[in-house]
Amino acid sequence: MSIFQWAQNPWGQEILIRISWDLLYLAIAGGLAFVIGHLVYRAKNPPKTAEVPDIGDAGKDIPEKIVRHSLAARLFHWVMAITMITLLVTAFFPILGIQFNWVPIHWMAGIVLTAAIIFHIIHASFWLNLRNIWISRQDWAEWKQEMEHALGKGEPPPKTDKYPVDHRIYHNAILVTGFGVIVTGLLMMVRVENLIFARNSYLLAESTWGWVYVIHGLSAVGLVGLIITHIYFAILPEKRWITKSMIWGWITKKDYLANHDPERWVVTDKASK
Amino acid sequence: MAVIRDTMAEFDLFQPASIDDALALKRRYGKTSWALAGGLDSLDWFKDRIKRPEVVIDLSAVESMRGIRETDDADGVEIGAMTTLTEVAEHAGILSRFGLLADAASKVATPQIRNQGTIGGNVTQDTRCWYYRGGWPCYRAGGNICYADTPTAINREHALFESNRCVAVNPSDTAPALVALDAKFVIMGGGGEKVVDAEDYFITPAKDITRMTILEPGELLTSIRIPGTWAGARFYFEKVRDRQAWDFPLVNIASAMKVSGNTIEDIRLVVNAVGPRPLRLTDVERQLKGQSVTEEVGQAAGELALLGARPLQHNAYKIPLMRNLVKRAIRGTGARA
Repeated sequence: MSIFQWAQNPWGQEILIRISWDLLYLAIAGGLAFVIGHLVYRAKNPPKTAEVPDIGDAGKDIPEKIVRHSLAARLFHWVMAITMITLLVTAFFPILGIQFNWVPIHWMAGIVLTAAIIFHIIHASFWLNLRNIWISRQDWAEWKQEMEHALGKGEPPPKTDKYPVDHRIYHNAILVTGFGVIVTGLLMMVRVENLIFARNSYLLAESTWGWVYVIHGLSAVGLVGLIITHIYFAILPEKRWITKSMIWGWITKKDYLANHDPERWVVTDKASK
Repeated sequence: MAVIRDTMAEFDLFQPASIDDALALKRRYGKTSWALAGGLDSLDWFKDRIKRPEVVIDLSAVESMRGIRETDDADGVEIGAMTTLTEVAEHAGILSRFGLLADAASKVATPQIRNQGTIGGNVTQDTRCWYYRGGWPCYRAGGNICYADTPTAINREHALFESNRCVAVNPSDTAPALVALDAKFVIMGGGGEKVVDAEDYFITPAKDITRMTILEPGELLTSIRIPGTWAGARFYFEKVRDRQAWDFPLVNIASAMKVSGNTIEDIRLVVNAVGPRPLRLTDVERQLKGQSVTEEVGQAAGELALLGARPLQHNAYKIPLMRNLVKRAIRGTGARA
């Protein structure tokens, strides 16, 4: 198995072309291995139904439906999901032998994704609480505790803030890979015919182009593994309350109390931030 | 980069005597094998040591892939893929019914090459883009750049249409004639026999940038069937090239036209060497049906044919060239009819 593809340029120099497509198969295998491993673990350690604590009068101000994702956040998520799947299908199906006119669909989906992410950055910066998604030292400590508990050691981790730490880690992994594909993808658009950029293969030096393709490829195969695990968790029965909240926007008071710490994610009215 | 060595890298040579044996070899050796017809495209690749197949399957001993046969279809013929271009150009039945193909075949390269080159090889040959043929790591060769589509590239012979990252063109003379005659290509492979329209045999880089045709590694083009539909129609073939003695087309055009009085009843019009596949001008054909054969109609057809053309740095001359060829195909008297 190789990591990079090299070629010889007209001057006889070895140049970097892109990642080896072996990495695509590795990402698919890695994602599926994680899913199978987790299913085996889950069969041996069936998930327990989270208990709903009695918080007495403190719960009387908590509404029955608690907003977890605003309409704007949900629209962004599903636009991103559709464009990501489109981008991965158009990028990798031809490599897997399914040939079709993929280039225009790919760059158009990339532009939609870029626009969606710009919207999300603005929305998250001014209308959402960024601290909800950043990972603090306390989060890392709780994640370590969660992992140790999953392996049968120590106490269970405390109930979470609005987003559990594994969601935050996932978000940041998507942030890194997402920026990787978008920045390099925008650069790569100058090498194909499109309606936005004039074609100019000499915008960057040959070796720099090689790295652009490598970063694009590494980010893309990373996304393959990440999306496999994301879809897997989204359809697990014990996680469906979260998945439903990404469709309808809200969670029930019961799920809120069972899974979140009301002191860390304070909900006092019909909505929460 | 290509280094002419005049000696080929070693390979195992197989000379099967039947299509079944040839297909069995293709199945056994897969992508490491190379089907050799007349060898005029293949030997360039081998001698430049750019393509280095481990196994070469020479089809010259497969008798069932040779010759021209009548078909059950009235006036139709079936041409074995290993039939030489000279045989196609001189066959009485082809000359009398499908003069368009005879004309196109007679304009391929030189007499010596036509004696050796086959019709199957002529339609399946790779592009002649010299960056690609020179072994440069372009998109078509599996790289990530088109060296022919840059501000300083020499792209005089390259595409006006359907370029998608790669701007190479299909160089075949017989391919546009076969598309104009509505020929069917017979492909044998692991899944048995499949028959495709000539125009569906060729693909663009948008579909697969590393191939010119739909042929999969385990498949062979075994014959070409020409239905009698266009037998005896008014034909026109013209090839414009730099050297009249021996050259690939800068642009060529093939048309088959059914004319009643002076009115065009039906027409198929195909241009090659302006894109990665023979370009059938279906919009022009639609507009021409029911029109009279006049200079003005030819001129308008030429203008319409160019919609969507995107010239490169050095091939804008192909625009007036193609316009005039379309005009001549409409108003022309026909090469052989």
